[in-house]
Amino acid sequence: MTVRQVVVIGAGPAGLAAAASALAAGAAVTLLDAAERPGGQYHRMLPEEYGAARPGRLHHGWAAFERLRRRVLGHPRCTWLAETAVWALERPEPGHPGLPLVHTLTGPADGTDRPRRTLAPDALVLAPGAHDRVLPFPGWELPGVYAAGAAQALAKGERLVIGDDVLLAGSGPFLLPVAAALLEAGAGVRAVLEANPPRTVARGWARRPWELAEQPGKAAELAEYTALLAHRRVPYRMGRTVIEARGDGRVEEAVTARLRPDWSVIPGSEVTVAVDALCVSHGFSPQLELPLAAGCALLRSPAGEFVAVDGDQLTSCPGVYAAGEITGIAGAPAARTEGALAGWLAGGGDPATPALRRVRRNRDRGRAFAARLAAAHPVGSAWPGWLRPETVICRCEETDYGTLCRAATEEAGAAPRVAKLATRAGLGPCQARICGPTVAELTARLSGNSPGCPADGLPVAAPHRRPIAQPIRLGELASSPAPSEPDTKESTA
Amino acid sequence: MSPRLIRAAADATGRRPGRPLRITVDGEPVTGIAGQSIAGVLLAAGRTSWRTARSGAPRGVFCGIGVCFDCVLTVNGAPDVRACRRRAADGDVVTTQSRVEVADGDVAASQSRAEVADGDVVTTQSRADGSTDGAAGEGA
Repeated sequence: MTVRQVVVIGAGPAGLAAAASALAAGAAVTLLDAAERPGGQYHRMLPEEYGAARPGRLHHGWAAFERLRRRVLGHPRCTWLAETAVWALERPEPGHPGLPLVHTLTGPADGTDRPRRTLAPDALVLAPGAHDRVLPFPGWELPGVYAAGAAQALAKGERLVIGDDVLLAGSGPFLLPVAAALLEAGAGVRAVLEANPPRTVARGWARRPWELAEQPGKAAELAEYTALLAHRRVPYRMGRTVIEARGDGRVEEAVTARLRPDWSVIPGSEVTVAVDALCVSHGFSPQLELPLAAGCALLRSPAGEFVAVDGDQLTSCPGVYAAGEITGIAGAPAARTEGALAGWLAGGGDPATPALRRVRRNRDRGRAFAARLAAAHPVGSAWPGWLRPETVICRCEETDYGTLCRAATEEAGAAPRVAKLATRAGLGPCQARICGPTVAELTARLSGNSPGCPADGLPVAAPHRRPIAQPIRLGELASSPAPSEPDTKESTA
Repeated sequence: MSPRLIRAAADATGRRPGRPLRITVDGEPVTGIAGQSIAGVLLAAGRTSWRTARSGAPRGVFCGIGVCFDCVLTVNGAPDVRACRRRAADGDVVTTQSRVEVADGDVAASQSRAEVADGDVVTTQSRADGSTDGAAGEGA
């Protein structure tokens, strides 16, 4: 019998755990990631050239990560493909069994002449992760306004501090580790603003507080960040957010305001703060292009759209598993658990193994944690109140709110796709990764498709469809795929 | 104050001072250290923006992890390289990009595009006319 070939896409907490348990189940694993080193955003590693003697200073659970990383990458049945982008997943012809082919490019990001490979797996684990969701506000396109993840990536991954008067705003516990990373790096943090009022956050968590306690790593981590903010006298304010950024060529001031529970602005509560950088995150968007390319069904939840999985982390596509933030935003410990389960089953491990009982139980707790997180840090439905007609919604095409309003209220513009073509919103280089859910939400509201219904804030599936998942140059497309390697089963399609 | 690199001597990670590297940006020399991304080199050199949007507005890093394509620039003749994802290499020749349209309908500063025969980038969604978008959207 030939060895089962498992391809794991993404080497963050979920993907690394998936690779480890697929190897433990006896499979051969090809683990790939767009970054040079594994770890994902959570354990984003410093460049090797930095020669850091104590990289663990910047991380939680570093020793365990290092052990796992060495075990997986050093395993004789593991092929590690660094700097590897998946530019397409190619589904088998209708009616034909089998898994999607995985088309990859390996080499420096957006380089030229990167060798192309095609992998033909027996099972696939998708663990691409998520990125910040940032709601638009006037001035959010100014340089110096960052998604919170950028500030953290630069501090943790390059030791770069983005500013000395930094304000963090948005919603969710992720603002805390970003503040901690900035403080550690020597930045001045003016305040951390959580848009939801204490009541919303408390109600979200308090309904089942043990669900927080059962994510022991997370609870301790959050307590540590809170203590650090208090120690460094950084105010943590709830029910307040940034509604405007101002500056000449770069951000110089932020206007903050108090919010009602639905995120409508309380008039007269505006305060202007001098800043040299502003970090914003209103939650996370899962990276759905690969699951959609594979044909996986999505699931709508109050926090947005995610990949639907069964009790085994199996998606609606046979042989395709999903793990981590693409199945729901629950943080690294939950992602690891999902990865461990997905990898074991993808690798052909026995589904009745007694040890899986604990893994499944932890996975269920992770899912409950995701639901709490979404309930405690919802996006308030009245946020468009801070938009102005000239506010940029699509950063790439600079489509403003006024244009979107006109297109959506015209009869022909009611469908998101028509609005997109009429306004160019979502047609730019980022392919709607940033504005897609926002444009879909605004268009639905403006055209009256979901008046007052609880689906407020939910994106539609269309914005995530990207048949070409990552840019590929014509020259690369025209070249023939690299020859097969002995330790991975590859097709030459 | 501008973005800055933490001094090696003050860095809790105990990193080495770093091997210096030099790139040029629109002909101007800019120094950095090995391991930095091109975005990191530019930010640490005090530049918070380098791309120009269609309206003429300046853009730099936004998402920092390769999702938003706001920070793209041309590296050694290849356009539309995400500066936040690309490691700087000593001697890299970087030119900035602009989407401002000039009078004759050309795009001002995708200057290197013509030089790179296979440099065009294919991304996804079709336009209304059935053509594909270039990664920086200037149109193929």
